[in-house]
Amino acid sequence: MTAFTTTVDSGLALVTLDLPGEPVNKLTSGLIDEWETLIERLRGDSAVRAVVLVSGKPDSFIAGADIEEFTRLTTAAEAEALSRRGQDLMDRVEQFPKPIVAAIHGACLGGGCELALACHWRVATDSPKTQIGLPEVQLGLLPGAGGCVRLPRLIGARAALDIILAGKTERAQKALKLGLVDEVVPQSILRQVALAAADRLAREGTARRHRSRGAAGALLDGTPVGRRIVYRMAQKQLLKKTGGHYPAPLAALEAVRIGLEHGPAEGFRAERERFGALAVTPVSRNLVRIFFATTALKKDDGVPPGTEVEPLAIGRVGIVGSGFMGAAIAGTAVLNAEVEARLKDAELPRVGKGLKAALGILDERLKRRRLPAPRHRRLAALLSGTADYSGFTRADLVIEAVFEDLDVKRRVLAEVEREIRPEAIFATNTSTIPIRDIAAGAARPERVIGMHFFSPVERMPLLEIIPSDATDARTVVSAVRFGRAMGKTVIVVRDHPGFWVNRILSPYLNEAGVMIEEGVPVDLIDRTMTRWGFPVGPVALMDEVGLDVAQKASKVMHAAFGERLAPPAAIGRMIEDGRLGRKNARGFYAYHEGHKTGVDERVYRILGVKPLEGFAAEDVERRLVYLMLNEAAMACGEGVVRSARDGDVGAIFGIGFPPFRGGPLRLIDELTAGSVVETLTRLQEAHGARFAPAPALEAMASRGGRFHPD
Amino acid sequence: MITGRRVAIVAGVRTPFAKSGTILKDVPAVELARYAAKELLYRTEIDGREIDEVVMGQVVPSVLTPNVAREVSLLPQLPPGVPAYTLNRACASAAQAITNAADQIALGHADTILAGGVESLSDIPILHSRRFSRVLVEAGKARTIGARLAAFGRVRPRDLVPVSPAIAEPSTGESMGQSAEKMAKENGIPRAEQDRIALMSHQRAAAGTADGRLTSEIVPWLGGPGMDIVATSDNGIRPDTSLEALAQLKPVFDRRYGTVTAGNSSPLTDGAAVVLLMAEEKARALGYEPLAFIRSYAAAAVDPGWQLLMGPALAVPKALERAGIGWQELGLVEIHEAFAAQVLSNVQAWASPAWAERLGLPGPVGEVDWERTNVMGGSIAIGHPFGATGARLVTTLANEMRRRSVQFGLISICAQGGMGYAIVLERR
Repeated sequence: MTAFTTTVDSGLALVTLDLPGEPVNKLTSGLIDEWETLIERLRGDSAVRAVVLVSGKPDSFIAGADIEEFTRLTTAAEAEALSRRGQDLMDRVEQFPKPIVAAIHGACLGGGCELALACHWRVATDSPKTQIGLPEVQLGLLPGAGGCVRLPRLIGARAALDIILAGKTERAQKALKLGLVDEVVPQSILRQVALAAADRLAREGTARRHRSRGAAGALLDGTPVGRRIVYRMAQKQLLKKTGGHYPAPLAALEAVRIGLEHGPAEGFRAERERFGALAVTPVSRNLVRIFFATTALKKDDGVPPGTEVEPLAIGRVGIVGSGFMGAAIAGTAVLNAEVEARLKDAELPRVGKGLKAALGILDERLKRRRLPAPRHRRLAALLSGTADYSGFTRADLVIEAVFEDLDVKRRVLAEVEREIRPEAIFATNTSTIPIRDIAAGAARPERVIGMHFFSPVERMPLLEIIPSDATDARTVVSAVRFGRAMGKTVIVVRDHPGFWVNRILSPYLNEAGVMIEEGVPVDLIDRTMTRWGFPVGPVALMDEVGLDVAQKASKVMHAAFGERLAPPAAIGRMIEDGRLGRKNARGFYAYHEGHKTGVDERVYRILGVKPLEGFAAEDVERRLVYLMLNEAAMACGEGVVRSARDGDVGAIFGIGFPPFRGGPLRLIDELTAGSVVETLTRLQEAHGARFAPAPALEAMASRGGRFHPD
Repeated sequence: MITGRRVAIVAGVRTPFAKSGTILKDVPAVELARYAAKELLYRTEIDGREIDEVVMGQVVPSVLTPNVAREVSLLPQLPPGVPAYTLNRACASAAQAITNAADQIALGHADTILAGGVESLSDIPILHSRRFSRVLVEAGKARTIGARLAAFGRVRPRDLVPVSPAIAEPSTGESMGQSAEKMAKENGIPRAEQDRIALMSHQRAAAGTADGRLTSEIVPWLGGPGMDIVATSDNGIRPDTSLEALAQLKPVFDRRYGTVTAGNSSPLTDGAAVVLLMAEEKARALGYEPLAFIRSYAAAAVDPGWQLLMGPALAVPKALERAGIGWQELGLVEIHEAFAAQVLSNVQAWASPAWAERLGLPGPVGEVDWERTNVMGGSIAIGHPFGATGARLVTTLANEMRRRSVQFGLISICAQGGMGYAIVLERR
């Protein structure tokens, strides 16, 4: 392997890192070996006064450690040894007698960032592709190659904790402000400036940095008492944020604290010990798996491997229906995929409102400075609206986001087919209606596909794409790629009522309703599930989705799957009382000026129940979780998702299934199918047939199988 | 006649024309122009890659976007490499933009050009006094705080009074309205006749709005804080006005003996209009049915100190001569109505042998037939965004020529500086 090429000119060694056969640079074991050899050679080479390290990849400096290697670690001791190797390498860089300058363009993350931190000077490009940070905690780990020690020493405890504990990455300008890099320059002069810096450092000796942190900063970062306050506040926030489910940020906080209070040597020791321990936790394992799953999905076009199709390049999108969903789809498409989006609705005032909402997505980015003003202007100009179908003739993709009603959707499809080119794709945004039913009367059913967006579109990461039996491969690939361009994690699912996400959600939400009817207090249900790791509880979720929407979906599911998915009467009675959830500020919860103020106690009277004491949280949890696991197993058995990987990713990104648990199918694997069947059987005896174990689950239990091969 | 390739008018659209200070008052001119152009692209379903150039007219440009055409050609619906320029031939600017585009197409330098114009008189630059500007420049160059303070120390209260551009002739100091007043008096145009022209303008524009002929060229504007206030027509048209109501208005420029009122003048207006021009063979190749073709055009000018708005008296015969047709062959005529007094002065000049002699023409141009002239009203009712009016006239005329199957049509525009501009369109 020859990842490094070195050229020496006027005593300055320009080392270019270009890992063969990989799209990005990453710190593999092999690379570490090579780097060590190289650096020893440079140490002895009297012709070399200073070194510049630059990447040969287009948009990546070093994207991080090789996470594949982490998955092969079986013990904490092995992991700790790996961390130690990283630390030693960085130490050797830092102690190197000649100056080493990092010339950074593109992703400079994790181990790559730690290497840059060990260098003596850092020059970064001002490109938006340049991202510098330590995302390790997002994988349930911590920076294990000296980052926990070096970063706080370089930029102060508060700024370092801000990055390390959240696993944040920063753009170049922010990194410069923080002191994370020393200079920011245009990409065209990166090497030139880095070489000049190397030359200067070689002549002048050590680098001089001076930065004032202000009085408060000096007190908080610069004194042991101040830092103690910082640690305590960080810990409090972390406990609240992680609910105690994620050990990594707390461990990182400890490593940072020890490094600052007891010196680097102790800090490094604390860092590698904790890295070792974290690397083999189930939490980290699951987070790493999800990382791999989403990475794999980024390359998965949703058709069998080897399918050769030329996807349609999508540059112009028509969106029919300028309501909440349509507008958010338009805004998100413009923002992320940078396509023309033309909103069509029957009435111009509705079109205008939709455009305003779509622009709002851009405006919000502008306000938060995530979008520079000129770019905002350009993107805003991609949006337009119409009350007729003008501008649709040249659309590549039309997304229908009208009322969730089969006849309405069919009518829109017929209208749109008359306007668009034969090659153009028609996508229907539905959460429950089978695509084959919508496409039944289509002139070109092979161009019809389902795209199920989740609300709010601009924030929800998942997109379900649903081909019908008639949909052709080109349409699938085009839609999947477009979904990805919109910034979504895309899973392709089978055309089956409720698809994947609403399918597994359905019994779970129903059961919450059943429990309320039994007298289980609403807050007990929701608190139990948020403690289990969901971002919101099932009852609060119904309020968010809208009770009318939830009811509509549950009726479709009931019709398709029978008594097992019969909706509880509670929702209907809530709607009769005029309660639609957050959207009209009346639901299971009370709202004041858009903020949830607590359970609306009147709800119990409306439902004719008395909230009772004495329900055990474990029972609540078991009933809700196991119904979801059972439905997931059943749907997976029916081929609703193409793989357990897709199913788990869908549950995590679609409904906030706790990521550290790896997803419902992973959880079954961990509990074993046999044990899940056993628990379901007991629940069935106590609560009824809806808990009957799914055939797929029983089959798996009897042969001792798993959903995931690994 | 234009020699070279035939130039087709494929389509034209405009924003609603709104009296300044009303619904478009918060919209910068550049956004009006971009909106009209973008909607023209969508309505014609043309591929942005077909556009070779963008030419726009604007009379009072913003100092922040002096080349408004380039901002239009930088719409993301177009490739980034479409050259663009903005020109100023006063109120004939958009007409000039259209004929410049036509020249390029006729010469074979371009196949497809977006041409039009824009004005926001709600968005005019307000200037600092010369003294205060000088202070600001010096302060900006000052290297020390002391020098900067010294610069500001010279400011006197009267220096802070802002200067807004007036619609006045730099060469004579006479305002447009004063000129119209002068022409009314010199040409003996009575108040009642002026008001009759104004009434006709409003009534015809109201009819064109009601039956959709005029609104079909308008792309609805979605405005208001929620973008749900929709404007689909021009807001200066008064369907219910009457000669009595018009007679009530006080003369503006000569309170005692004057006849020019706000009622028989065009209002200050915001709006944009854009036309899609193509070489005939290009239009046919892309499957467009041209509305009309540009047959000829001409510009002319008179001494601004004489009768400022008399330019059309010279420009029209010149354009007709170039077209090789006579006045009686015109099936439709669109006269820009800056002032009713100006319209009637132009009409008088075209018809009279005495005027022909005064202007050095071989004979009178022709008698205006009001049944064929300004059939959907004019600038008095519809409004007059200086830079955009020429493109509105071309669009309105071309559409109506198609509806009536008229072979020849004319537009006539008077402009600041004593200028006149005329274009002859043909159907087949």
